[in-house]
Amino acid sequence: MFTSVDDVSARLAEAGYLASRAVATTVFLADRLGKPLLVEGPAGVGKTELAKAVAEVAGARLVRLQCYEGVDESRALYEWNHAKQLLRISAGRDETWDEARTDIFSEEFLLTRPLLTAIRGDDPKVLLIDETDKADVEVEGLLLEVLSDFQVTVPELGTITATRRPFVVLTSNASRELSEALRRRCLFLHIGFPEEELERRIVRLKVPGLDETLARSVVRVVGTLRAMDLRKEPSVAETVDWAHTLLALGAESLDETVVRATLGVLLKHQDDVLKASAKLDLDAL
Amino acid sequence: MTTQAGVAERLTSLVGALRAHGVRIGTGETVDAARAVGELGLADRELLREGIAATLLHGPAQRQVFDAVFDLYFPRGVGGPEQPAAGREELRDRLADALAADDRAMLGRLAIEAVDGFGGYGSSPESDGWSSYQALERLRPQTLMARVRDTVRGQGGATGFTDRLLEDEIRRRIDAFRALVAAEARRRVAERRGRDEIARRAVAPTADRLDFLFAGQDRLAELRRTVQPLARKLATRLAARRRRAARGAIDLRRTLRGSLSTGGVPMKPVLRARRPARPELVLLCDVSGSVSGFSDFTMLLVQALHDQFSKVRVFAFVNRIDEVTGLLEHGRADPEGLGARIQAEAAVTGYHGSSDYGMALGEFAERYADAAGSRTTVFVLGDARTNRSDPNLPALRQIAERARRVHWLNPEQRSRWGTGDSVAPAYAELVEMHECRNARQLSALVARLLPV
Repeated sequence: MFTSVDDVSARLAEAGYLASRAVATTVFLADRLGKPLLVEGPAGVGKTELAKAVAEVAGARLVRLQCYEGVDESRALYEWNHAKQLLRISAGRDETWDEARTDIFSEEFLLTRPLLTAIRGDDPKVLLIDETDKADVEVEGLLLEVLSDFQVTVPELGTITATRRPFVVLTSNASRELSEALRRRCLFLHIGFPEEELERRIVRLKVPGLDETLARSVVRVVGTLRAMDLRKEPSVAETVDWAHTLLALGAESLDETVVRATLGVLLKHQDDVLKASAKLDLDAL
Repeated sequence: MTTQAGVAERLTSLVGALRAHGVRIGTGETVDAARAVGELGLADRELLREGIAATLLHGPAQRQVFDAVFDLYFPRGVGGPEQPAAGREELRDRLADALAADDRAMLGRLAIEAVDGFGGYGSSPESDGWSSYQALERLRPQTLMARVRDTVRGQGGATGFTDRLLEDEIRRRIDAFRALVAAEARRRVAERRGRDEIARRAVAPTADRLDFLFAGQDRLAELRRTVQPLARKLATRLAARRRRAARGAIDLRRTLRGSLSTGGVPMKPVLRARRPARPELVLLCDVSGSVSGFSDFTMLLVQALHDQFSKVRVFAFVNRIDEVTGLLEHGRADPEGLGARIQAEAAVTGYHGSSDYGMALGEFAERYADAAGSRTTVFVLGDARTNRSDPNLPALRQIAERARRVHWLNPEQRSRWGTGDSVAPAYAELVEMHECRNARQLSALVARLLPV
C-alpha cells in the first residue's frame, strides 16, 4: 500500500490527516508486516480519524465495529435472519426437510456483521474496531481468533477465509486493560498530544481562516495548560474547537477577556478552569 | 552495527534489558522487531526507535524505560564530539541561543558537548566516569532563564497575552535539555562499563513498579497522575465481578414474556437481578513522613473509586487519629497539597511527631467504634513501625471483631517486617497483612480484596 514512511506522511496529509513521525512509521509497519494496529491515547487526538484517513488513502471501504458493553458475537460477527427463515419455511410448506434445511442456511439468510464483512470479498477494506476497551472480555477472545487467522467459521456454511486481509485498526481509551494476548497480536501505537509545530499545522489545516500568529498563540496557551496537571487536559479536538471559537468571535489576538470568556471550550471541569485562571493570572485585571 | 548478525545481537540484548525491567516480550515480538528493522533500514534512528517500540511494547507506561534502553543499545554515535569542547561561557552562550530558538537538534548536540566537556570525573581507568549532575552543576542552565526570556522578548517573539506563557515554556525547554544531558551521560558511562549493566541499573523503573518508600517528589507526582486511569480500570473490573456475582435465580415472568418472540419456547432464560449491596469502606492511614507517599496515593485511589461504595470514610493518624473524609471530597481534592492539608487541618499528632499505632488504633476503637460495622471492610495502611511504644493489640482485635474484614497493607518488603521497631508480625496474627510496595501490587490487591 505504501512505499516508505515519507510516502505514508505525504498521502495521509493529502487526506487531511497530519501524522507525526511515530504515527507514520507505525502505519507503514502495520501495512508491511500485515499486523493489526492497536491505537491508544487520550480522547480527541484523532485515533478514529487515523483509520478513516488510511481508508481514504488506500481507496478502501471503512468497516466499523463500534464496541460497547454487551456487544456480542451476533453484533460483531454474523447472525442468522430468523424472521426471514421463518417466512421461508412457512412459504414452502410442501418441501422435504432436507430441501428446506439447505436453503434456509444459505448466504441469503446470513446477516453479516462488521468482522465478517471485513473478511469477505476482494475489495480492499479497513476494519476499524472502535473503543475496544468498552467491549467485554469474551469479545476479545473472538477478536483473537479473527485477527490472527483472518478466518471465521460459520458451522452451517464452513470456514470463510479472507482472500484479501483488511488493514485493521483497534482503538482504545485504556478504560480497561486489554488482555496481553490481544496486545501481542497487534502493533502498539500511543498517540499523545502532538508537538507544538505539528499542532500548529493541524490548527491551520482545520481552521484555514485563522491568522498565523493567532494560531501560534493558541497552540502555546494549550501547551501551557497541558503542563499544568489538570484533571482533563485539553486535547487536539479542543484546540481546534477553540480556534473555531476565536475565529467566530472575530478575535484578532489573544487577551485576558477573550481567554477568560472562552476557557470553557478548552477545559471541562470547574476546578480546572479555576486553576488555569490562577496560573495564567487571568484575575489580575 | 551494520552487519546483519550485529543488529540481531543488539536487538536481542535490547529485548533482554527490557525484560529485566519487567516488560514482557515474547519471541514473536522480537522477530517482528527484526522484520521492522529490515523494513525501515538503519539510516534513520528515530524511525527505528518508533518501529521497534511499536513491535515490542504493549502499553504507554513502558515507553519511558524503552527510550532510555534504546539510547543505550542504538546510540546516537560512539565516543565524544569531534571537535574539542568549547569553554563554559561559550557553551552557555550557544545554549541560550538554542533555548531561545527552541532548536531541538542543537540542544541535542549541546548536551553531547556538555557531558564531554564538563561531565567527566576521575583520572584512573577504574574510577572515572561521566556525571550528568556534574555537567549540569557546572553549566547551570536554569540560570539562563532571564537571559533567554529577554532574547525572545527582544525578537518580538512574545507579545501581548502569550508573554506570560514564556517563562513556563523556557522552563520546560530547560528541563528537556537536562533530560538530554542525563541520557547522554548514561550513554558515555555505558561505553565504559558495558551496556548491559547500565541498562539494568541506571534506567529508572516504570512508575507502577516504583517503591513507594523510596520514590522522590517528581516520581510521586507521576504516580499521582496514574490514579484516575487506574481507578477507572479497577472500577470496570469491580463492575465485572459484580455482574458475575449477580447471576442468580431465574425470573419466571420475564423469561415467559421473552419467550413470546420464539413462539412460547423459552430460549433465553432471564435471571433475576440481585440487589446490589454496596459495601462500606473505612481507611486508616498512617500519614507520617516515612509512609506518606504510599498513604496519599492509596487515599486518592480509594477516593477516585468512591462511587463503587455506599460509604467511604478515611481516617488519618500519626499518633492521634482524625477523620479526613471531607478533605478528600471530589473537586476539593488537589492531589499535590493533600499531605500538607491533612497536616494543617486535621489533628493527627499529639505531644510528639512520630507515629504510634497503639495510640491511634485505641483512639479509633474508642471514638469511632460506630464507623466499623458488619458491612464494613477496613483497610489499615502503614508500616507498623510504632517507635517502640505499646502496639495495643486488643484495640485492633476489637476492630477486627466488629468489621466484616480487616486488611493491612504494608509498604515495606516482607523480609523487613519485624526488624527494628516494626511490630508487623504481631499485627499480622490478628488481621491479614499484605505486602504492598508499588502501584502494581496495590492495584492487584485492590482488585482482589475490595468487597463486591
